[in-house]
Amino acid sequence: MPTFVYMTRCDGCGHCVDICPSDIMHIDPTYRRAYNIEPNMCWECFSCVKACPHHAIDVRGYADFAPLGHSVRVHRDEERGTIGWKIKFRDGREKNFLSPITTKPWGKHIPKLADVPGPDKTARESQLLFNEPNYIRMDDGDLYTLETAGLKLKEGVYY
Amino acid sequence: MAYKTIVEDNIDILVCGAGLGGTGAAFEARYWGQDKKIIIAEKANIDRSGAVAQGLYAINCYMGTRWGENNPEDHVRYARIDLMGMVREDLLFDMARHVDSAVHQFEEWGLPLMRDPKTGAYQREGRWQIMIHGESYKPIVAEAAKKSADQVYNRICVTHLLMDESKENRVAGAVGFNVRTGNYHVFKSKAVIVGAGGASMIFKPRSVGEGAGRVWYAPWSSGSAYGLLINAGAKMTQMENRIVLARFKDGYGPVGAYFLHLKTYTQNGLGEEYESKWWPELQEMVGKEYLDPEVSHRTHRPIPTCLRNHAFISEVNAGRGPIHMITMEAFQDPHLEEVGWENFLGMTVGQAVLWAATDVDPKNENPELTTSEPYVMGSHATGCGAWCSGPEDVSPPEYFWGYNRMTSVEGLFGAGDAVGGTPHAFSSGSFTEGRLAAKAACKYIDDGKAQGIRVSDKQINDLKEEIYKPMEHYKVYHNEVVAGSVNPNFINPRQGLDRLQKLMDEYCGGVTVSYMTNEKLLHIGLKKMKVLEEDLEKLAAEDVHELLRAWELKHRLRTAESVFHHTLFRKETRWPGYYYRGDAMKLDDENWHVLTVSRRDPKTGEYTMEKAPCYHLVGKDD
Ligand SMILES: Cc1cc2nc3c(=O)[nH]c(=O)nc-3n(C[C@H](O)[C@H](O)[C@H](O)COP(=O)(O)OP(=O)(O)OC[C@H]3O[C@@H](n4cnc5c(N)ncnc54)[C@H](O)[C@@H]3O)c2cc1C
Ligand code: SF4
Ligand code: SF4
Repeated sequence: MPTFVYMTRCDGCGHCVDICPSDIMHIDPTYRRAYNIEPNMCWECFSCVKACPHHAIDVRGYADFAPLGHSVRVHRDEERGTIGWKIKFRDGREKNFLSPITTKPWGKHIPKLADVPGPDKTARESQLLFNEPNYIRMDDGDLYTLETAGLKLKEGVYY
Repeated sequence: MAYKTIVEDNIDILVCGAGLGGTGAAFEARYWGQDKKIIIAEKANIDRSGAVAQGLYAINCYMGTRWGENNPEDHVRYARIDLMGMVREDLLFDMARHVDSAVHQFEEWGLPLMRDPKTGAYQREGRWQIMIHGESYKPIVAEAAKKSADQVYNRICVTHLLMDESKENRVAGAVGFNVRTGNYHVFKSKAVIVGAGGASMIFKPRSVGEGAGRVWYAPWSSGSAYGLLINAGAKMTQMENRIVLARFKDGYGPVGAYFLHLKTYTQNGLGEEYESKWWPELQEMVGKEYLDPEVSHRTHRPIPTCLRNHAFISEVNAGRGPIHMITMEAFQDPHLEEVGWENFLGMTVGQAVLWAATDVDPKNENPELTTSEPYVMGSHATGCGAWCSGPEDVSPPEYFWGYNRMTSVEGLFGAGDAVGGTPHAFSSGSFTEGRLAAKAACKYIDDGKAQGIRVSDKQINDLKEEIYKPMEHYKVYHNEVVAGSVNPNFINPRQGLDRLQKLMDEYCGGVTVSYMTNEKLLHIGLKKMKVLEEDLEKLAAEDVHELLRAWELKHRLRTAESVFHHTLFRKETRWPGYYYRGDAMKLDDENWHVLTVSRRDPKTGEYTMEKAPCYHLVGKDD
């Protein structure tokens, strides 16, 4: 059973249900706690593990090939923009890792394109996308075409 | 069934599936269609859906033209040799000339891209790959899509495309159901962009217990991008070009960063280098044109991935397995060790779980590799997908019908895995393709091409009935269930999936037959597939969640059927290492230097196959 829930920590908030890409975290109607309803459709993607506010979800490697006694714990901290991992081997060794998840506050630097001045007719008829050409090379170099690349369509090979 | 019908009308652009392709499409559509109605219908939650749900440690397609590293035509050459010549060079060139702008945007949005301290350029993993801290890649692009869309419908499994009844071969929207409420959703739309992802689990995975879901491509990648398009009558291309990957055993962890950045290498069970031993024999099979180790060595032209797989598979079959990745040397450097671990933590955590469980520390022990079961997907290193129009300024007439990335069905566009002939697009290329499709879709509408669309209530009601049929079937017959799952009147989605995987494996070249098939096997497989399709009429779903699995299965079946037809049509072994036609073991350029194109007639279910010319845009590297 790849992901599983520590029943005493879960309060049935449903964050894991909301996020699981495989639709397999469900709330048990009797106990009001979450559980993985279909272990062999789980990818160990850890999306639910990262989303759980109570660290109630853990992962156990697949019974087909993974012996017991290990753990891989994760703490994703949106405010600090980091993710930390603690890996415990079956034999007790430990490894810890920390990485950034974003360099900027969430969402603030993503433009709302409805508020950006709309493209003119020339842009519409060109091959350019939003913010191009300057975003391609960042030096105002224009978009590649066959001519600028000195390319000629070669014969189609057809038998 | 008493489920409500919810209709969203007057949509301009409907994005079906918001992974990397779909988020790119929704984002860009707002710029070219400022007052257009843009709607997203996504099977999961857009924040963590698709193949990038876990994150990625590398962006695999970046030219670096800004840093003078590569130009688009270099990428075309690379993808072309890797795919043994068979690519749509117009689409590749077009994606490559735009992809850098997408990556530069990602950085501006906050995605942590690593930089080379000496040059200031992005840290390269290989010639095309740059390294990122990509755990939150998907939430970041999702944010961009959410800001652009009028509304995001999460948890909608799109089952069918709606077709216009006033004009033949024109799309009119899509329908599906909410996997939580069960409600029926109807989206009437002028244009549709499908980014519903590639197909995992159509072949039997190596594990068959709990771990049957620990596949390489995500288990929720149900081939909907293909199922939806094929059922709508769109032409498909290169569906025979499935991919087999060399991966860390049981963890499916990618090996790219290990080879390219950590400079690890492989050995057979006797501790020997084995690849080069297989080149002379292989050269006989594929010709010097595609395998010339000397040129590869001199010019850094890569040896095609499938051929390296061939050496791997042959060596194991010769009894000299297992193949090991030699990590013990590189991992003595603490920085490289950290890179090695984080590569998996940010991308395939299951690999780290496996090493922890089995006490494998790659610093002290060289882990085993294996080859995976085959996958069907058009954005990674294979070119399966829809036959799409290219851009106006690049494409020859056979490849151009007006709107970039539009399929052969009017108003229906593709992005990412959905588009055929564009391998090596990966995440950044898929996002870019979504942007290109969105601009073209806006133009399609502005040109008045979507006027007069008509969808009758009959079409909508018929589809509703079809969608819920598995639940009706369950209701009628469930009293006869014994042992939880045995019933003479129906099979459940898991049983159907097992059957599909078994027949794909045995007849279409899966792992248990060492990727081997032939004409006779393919014919038998197709016959069995037809019967399976008949049985899927009697598929039973106990609840809405099972209904989701039922429709995923139906999309997988359609994808698989297309793979069968294409594999049968191409009478040669073009990609040894991905699959073999035992009755045509040699690559045959004389007859098969062509792209394969199929169309399934939606009314009769018959397939028509044709050869399309393979145009070469760029010359050779030397
Ligand atoms: C393990 C792994 C490692 C990879 N490594 C890299 C890497 O290092 N670098 C890199 O650049 N690329 C990498 N890739 C490739 C990259 O992830 C894909 O190329 C890219 O995600 C494809 O984009 P897409 O939009 O076509 O599909 P996806 O991103 O898979 O999106 C498909 C979307 O459609 C939705 N959907 C599916 N069916 C339906 C339906 N019926 N109705 C509604 N919605 C539906 C899904 O929920 C999903 O959101 C990797 C992929 C995997 C699996
Ligand atoms: S690990 Fe991923 S697939 Fe498995 S239950 Fe959690 S969110 Fe779902
Ligand atoms: S997110 Fe955690 S606490 Fe909330 S339902 Fe899931 S397991 Fe329980």
